[in-house]
Amino acid sequence: MAEGALAGFAPGPLGPRPKRPFAPKTIMLYGVLVVAALYYLMPLYVMVATSLKGMPEIRLGNIFAPPLEITFAPWVKAWDSACTGLYCEGLKVGFWNSVKILVPGVIISIAIASVSGYALSYWRFRGSEVFFTILLFGAFIPYQVLIYPIVILLRELGMFGSLPGITLVHTIFGMPILTLLFRNYFASIPVELFKAARVDGAAFWGIFLKIMVPMSLPIFVVATIIQVTGIWNDFLFGVIYAGTKNFPMTVQLNNIVNSTQGVKEYNVNMAATILTGLVPLVVYFVSGKLFVRGMAAGAVKG
Amino acid sequence: MESNIADKAVPAAPGGPPPDWLGRQWWGLRRNLVAKIATLPMVFTALVVFLGGTLWSIFYSFTKSKSLPVEKFVGFAQYERLFNTKRWIVSLENIAIFGICSLVFSLVIGFLLAALLDQKIRFENTFRTIFLYPFALSFIITGLVWQWILNPEFGIQQVVRSFGFEEFVFNPLRDPEIVIYGVLIAGLWQGSGLVMVLMLAGLRGIEEDIWKAARVDGIPAWKTYLIIVIPMMRPVFVTTLVLIAAGIVKVFDLVVAQTAGGPGIASEVPAKYVYDYLFARGNLGQGLAASTVMLLSVLVVLIPWMYLEFGSRRQQKHG
Amino acid sequence: MASISIRKLGVNYGPVKVLEDLDLEVETGEFIVLLGPSGCGKSTLLNCIAGLLDINAGQILIKDRNVTWLEPKDRGIGMVFQSYALYPQMTVRGNLSFGIRNAGLPKEEVDRRVARTAKLLHIEELLERKPAALSGGQRQRVAIGRALVRDVDVFLFDEPLSNLDAKLRAELRVEIKRLHDKLESNTMVYVTHDQIEALTLADRIAVMRSGLIQQLADPHTIYHRPKNLYVASFIGSPGMNFIKGRLGDGAVPSFMIAGAGTVDLKAYSAEEGGGLASHAGEEALLGLRPEHVILGGEPADGLAEVGKGVIDIIEPMGSDSLVWVNLGDEISVSSRQEGDTSLRKGQEVTVRGNIANASVFGDDESQRRL
Repeated sequence: MAEGALAGFAPGPLGPRPKRPFAPKTIMLYGVLVVAALYYLMPLYVMVATSLKGMPEIRLGNIFAPPLEITFAPWVKAWDSACTGLYCEGLKVGFWNSVKILVPGVIISIAIASVSGYALSYWRFRGSEVFFTILLFGAFIPYQVLIYPIVILLRELGMFGSLPGITLVHTIFGMPILTLLFRNYFASIPVELFKAARVDGAAFWGIFLKIMVPMSLPIFVVATIIQVTGIWNDFLFGVIYAGTKNFPMTVQLNNIVNSTQGVKEYNVNMAATILTGLVPLVVYFVSGKLFVRGMAAGAVKG
Repeated sequence: MESNIADKAVPAAPGGPPPDWLGRQWWGLRRNLVAKIATLPMVFTALVVFLGGTLWSIFYSFTKSKSLPVEKFVGFAQYERLFNTKRWIVSLENIAIFGICSLVFSLVIGFLLAALLDQKIRFENTFRTIFLYPFALSFIITGLVWQWILNPEFGIQQVVRSFGFEEFVFNPLRDPEIVIYGVLIAGLWQGSGLVMVLMLAGLRGIEEDIWKAARVDGIPAWKTYLIIVIPMMRPVFVTTLVLIAAGIVKVFDLVVAQTAGGPGIASEVPAKYVYDYLFARGNLGQGLAASTVMLLSVLVVLIPWMYLEFGSRRQQKHG
Repeated sequence: MASISIRKLGVNYGPVKVLEDLDLEVETGEFIVLLGPSGCGKSTLLNCIAGLLDINAGQILIKDRNVTWLEPKDRGIGMVFQSYALYPQMTVRGNLSFGIRNAGLPKEEVDRRVARTAKLLHIEELLERKPAALSGGQRQRVAIGRALVRDVDVFLFDEPLSNLDAKLRAELRVEIKRLHDKLESNTMVYVTHDQIEALTLADRIAVMRSGLIQQLADPHTIYHRPKNLYVASFIGSPGMNFIKGRLGDGAVPSFMIAGAGTVDLKAYSAEEGGGLASHAGEEALLGLRPEHVILGGEPADGLAEVGKGVIDIIEPMGSDSLVWVNLGDEISVSSRQEGDTSLRKGQEVTVRGNIANASVFGDDESQRRL
């Protein structure tokens, strides 16, 4: 407590308000946050710990105990030879299927949605906003209402149970949120740029490719994040439209864990679970704030 | 972020006239033709898939279609049968419990975490990253890992028993009475981080001056949150609520992975009911009737929300 | 009695010092304006007085009470914010009374104070409305009311008029001044970047720059005897003319314009304790406000010839015209003339300066007025 004995100061408090580093309020604050953080981290820890144990150790210990003898055998088995119903070829099949679904799905859905969003913000025509409103409502229609009509549609197109079919489905269901995202972003670009380009003689595609796209890289990244996580994590569309041969990783994971006959190999199951989650987790940790932005936008998709 | 999307897009949507500077006649029909062709995929999706598909499903929900769609109308017979099916009633009860609890708990947890993170704390980014990472994981993964954690022989129950509490019982996944709460725990773990992010964005949107004014007025922090800040965040709450609600209706993968609807039919949900009737049981009419009921329940949430969105906008215009 | 007394105040954000060793004494009943560009520390200073910002060094006394560590509500202050900061979901009455109700005042007293404040600010009819239904001016009036209702006599204003359009700003400016006159022995500290507000409202102005008070004086002094080049150039619109040159080293003080003639500075009123003589031969700047630049006419007492020039451009501004004259290749000065001036572009004129009102600034680092 500084007394104001110094020249020019009044008696009493002087200088910064004393801070108690361990005030009860501060301890409470960080205490609650740390406990909450531990709770959120717990499943990740359990997954990893379990996947590194041998089955005898799992049967003896508890799920929270760290592995005594670390083994990577469960990971190898999950990747290479775990059984999904009839086949025992591991998750790698599903992984490559997911990649085959993911790459065209992401590219095509973003290409179409960005063009639509651009047209909606700069080239409106009679009825364009009505179509857009219907599209937005589409984001809230339960998938269950639409899955059967789409089965029929794909059958008519000869795409049911094929990679092009599942790509089309992801394009369709990604469209509302992505179009909204692009439309809003393009609308925030100063309209003078568009006018200047028009005066300079550029047309629809010229303005889009030379002006809009180069100015919109962040939003393309956000859209990519939404689609990569969304398509990778999809289960429902994969199981219905992809066809048995093309089942994505999530479907195979569920088959490995939930339909094995006989003894359950929990360590293999957990290794498979982590392997399936790796792609979105990497996207998450690498993209940081952009992921937050993408998820907040993508939440509309549900 | 979220409110941003809602703010911008929804009100503008209902067919306002194109801005003057576009002057349709001036630019001419030919140029607009390119735009029209470019938006064909969107128009196709909106009209054929979303609108057409919805009408198709509603239409065939009034038929006695089995594994193939047939136009033999049976009026509301499918709906009568639906509401006389125990599994559907259980599904509805489950989704009601799951839905209400998810809404309440994720809003409370999400807001509390956001409010804690908003106290100018250290390591804010680290905490936020930890709370949000489950949202990056799929429902299948969420369901499987919680199936394992709640496993009675090896999971939490066994761990607590091994500490000497031999009688301890915590076995939600095998107990029909509480199985839906086991699913709820997993769902909250996965989704509450997103709510926290939305709430944090909302809190950061409150002007600094409001907090200062409240401090000069001598309002304690908790009271400022309760009486001033939360009411100011109403749009954020409403948007979040709609997002959670829209997500709840779609709950499917989580149940498939975690409980497969069991034990028995104790954790069935409507989305799974529809899926099973469409694809496993080959009873289209029944599945489509159930999906139509799902659609109606979404509209019940959605339409008041649209109304509120427009209502609050009219108020904000003065603001 | 000093109403607010700030002693050796220091604030830093990490390694960045926002305020350092700042002293300020505000008398009871005084209206003091903190003026400066954004980032000069004026709002930081105000927030420190309010207790909204933690300080790193020094002491703050309000009405001779040491409030350095007190919460804002206990400091006996009322505050008005730039963004009004009204509670949107409460009525005007709710906004006015929220703080004092929360402090536990009896209902009759709350009602009495709200009624009195509403009457004073002419917002009685608005009491049951919500802020969203008020105009900008009405909102700011309510925000002022929220400060008044606290029954304190130190008021802090943080750029209260910046969000209003020009016309409303002028109206409310007058109203704040009237309010200051009406309330007995109240002290007001007012932050703004608008020099007109500062000149019209203040008893004293503190011109701030990078955390330091450059000059603390009454508006007249600030305008006519700016302490340094910074204050001189910040105050006044249109701005002061600055002419580069060198002080003569003869017996009579004079100023030699670089590349042009010499100006006689006999009539100059120098700063106390300085004077031009001690700076003879040094580089300097001659500062003349446009109204002190005379074009044509006859020589007169106190006027010194600056040179001959050609009128380059005339900017009519309604009541006045600003006439720009080229004195040389690089030297251009502006002169305030009547709105319907008979001067024409291209005309040759003699330029004279009102030296009694001129300022000479040293061309060293401090750029002090000599």
